[in-house]
Amino acid sequence: MAQVKESSYAVVPGPEGILPPAATIMGVPLPEEGEGLVEGKIVNEAEALEKAAIALLTRKNATLFPGPLVLWGWNDHTNDKAKYFFDVAHELPGIRIIPMPDYRPIYPKIDPEAVINPCHPNLTIWHNKIEACVFIGVHCHYANITLRMVRAGTNCYTIALCAEAGHEDAMCSVPNFDIEKLVRFRDAIIKVKKNGIKPLYEGKGIVPTGWAQISRLSGGNIEKPEDESVGAGVTAAFAHELETGLDETAE
Amino acid sequence: MSDGTKEATTPQLRQDDPRDRVASPPAPGKEEIEKEKKGAAAQRVVDPDYLILEAPRKKEFITGSEAAKESIRRANVDIAIAYPITPQSETMQQVGYLYAEGYIKDYYRGEEEIGVMSAIAGASRSGVRCLTATAGPGLMRGLEAIVSWPGARLPSVLLVMCRVVNTPLAIQPDNVEISYLLNAGGIVLHGENQQDFYDFPLVAFMVSEKPEVTLPAAVAVDGFFVTHARGWVSMPAEDIKLPPRDCYHEAVPMMDNENPPIRIARDAPIQKSNFISYQMHASWQQEIWSAQERAKKWLDRWLGGLIEIVNPTAKTMIVASGAAVSQGREAVRQAGEQGLDVGLIKVKSLRPFPGKELDEALDHADKIVVPEFNYVGWLSKEIKANIKRTDRVVGGPRVYGGMTMPTELILETIKDSNER
Repeated sequence: MAQVKESSYAVVPGPEGILPPAATIMGVPLPEEGEGLVEGKIVNEAEALEKAAIALLTRKNATLFPGPLVLWGWNDHTNDKAKYFFDVAHELPGIRIIPMPDYRPIYPKIDPEAVINPCHPNLTIWHNKIEACVFIGVHCHYANITLRMVRAGTNCYTIALCAEAGHEDAMCSVPNFDIEKLVRFRDAIIKVKKNGIKPLYEGKGIVPTGWAQISRLSGGNIEKPEDESVGAGVTAAFAHELETGLDETAE
Repeated sequence: MSDGTKEATTPQLRQDDPRDRVASPPAPGKEEIEKEKKGAAAQRVVDPDYLILEAPRKKEFITGSEAAKESIRRANVDIAIAYPITPQSETMQQVGYLYAEGYIKDYYRGEEEIGVMSAIAGASRSGVRCLTATAGPGLMRGLEAIVSWPGARLPSVLLVMCRVVNTPLAIQPDNVEISYLLNAGGIVLHGENQQDFYDFPLVAFMVSEKPEVTLPAAVAVDGFFVTHARGWVSMPAEDIKLPPRDCYHEAVPMMDNENPPIRIARDAPIQKSNFISYQMHASWQQEIWSAQERAKKWLDRWLGGLIEIVNPTAKTMIVASGAAVSQGREAVRQAGEQGLDVGLIKVKSLRPFPGKELDEALDHADKIVVPEFNYVGWLSKEIKANIKRTDRVVGGPRVYGGMTMPTELILETIKDSNER
């Protein structure tokens, strides 16, 4: 039986409401190799890359969200991929990079300038007023639940560059996204700029975000703001309570 | 010693002590080693398309349990864990032979089904290919752990040999237990016969482990009718097997203590609702059912469609799954002899359910007869929830508690429905 290639359901920037349906259930198919998915429709890969490039160049506060499969040096492949990831970033004036370093809930609150977390990704997007973003190197399960929540509550144009089969809930997605495709994506960004797409921001380079990036780029003199550290005071109080808690051996 | 005398402390060599004859034979050459390889050591990994669809096959007349054994022999399984229960015991005993022969790396009997299904969760999290099997009350006992698998995105294969679950206790065929699996979130296939019990587990492993799917898969058959009876089963040579599980290309990270950062591993706090937003949990649940939908493409490819249609233009259609399909086939033949135009749809996959496919294939039908081996009629309800003009559905005949289903019963239901 042939796979459905078209769906009337459009996957567009939200806010779609508190709980939009999963695009898969609405009939949006996954792209095959050589294809891309743009707003719920199958297109060829080159077209998808150009749409992604235009969104990143022209929408406000575009941000790259590298996940653990790019962020951490698991093996030579991830190290190489990270290098080419920066080649893409350098072609996007004013781009920000906010990592998704892991998937655990960050408690008691996240620093939305420093990280994005799949438990509440909308907080990072709202705080930074991000209107276009790229997820890359995020395990598919966490990417999908994140993409739906972003579509539910924000007006962000989501792009998922997936090493596996792609993502129906992204506005733009390309599957099997390896180093060669990262190079093609960089070339697509260069091409659309050459063809007249004027970037929203001028100049070149990455805008640092969060105290860690700012600190690193300014020579390491900026201290982590106290109200954003995950409370040392809270930890001490908890430890103290444990030490003086119920003594089961007491008579 | 029995006579109370003290045992000699100096070890005595036997007259035929083999150590006297130790002599090193010449080391075999590489070619000789390859030629000498037998059994598991001689197996080679092949493309799933080749093993499932293309490899030449030979027929054997074997039981369903033996068919499952032959499937597992070729499935490159790392670990099999189960607790015995009729009618599953014989199958897992057969799988035990495979462990002894080196086809499976680890195999043990768990303490009971909650322990077994929890152990499978742990094994799957660690990235290995897992097999378990149970039946009736065993499935009910293991269900708490089983329903946690899809959310944790744990690929594995669960064989279910259906039997009565309710009091009074019986070990007879009845497939009401499948209804409990339908809302669990995993893939559920329902095999008709011994051939399906060979084919379906291989497909289940491959689909279960696809990155965009990453879900557990259950392969159910009707106990005794399939497991203990013999049928012709067509299989490729036993020297080929599926590729191993590629756990680093799945939807979630593995529990891998050798590869930092372990922080990205899934952990307990994610399951505490006070640490996560309700919206995340909702999106998570959507993801499980989306993953099922993505499985359709692969089930289509390797099962030859989620449904099989016999005599597609008939105005009266039987729709069945499992052993009821075989009875349906015979009813179609007998109906033909009596001048009745009756068709049949075999539902191979219950999750994902082929709702759209059934709606299209049944659009022309005036009557839809759904024979089932259970009291509650879960398949009939599923069909009604997925097609237009549900008054066409005749929910029956149904047999349960170990009864067989004579084809006359299906023919009578067809005739009665036509007279209505």
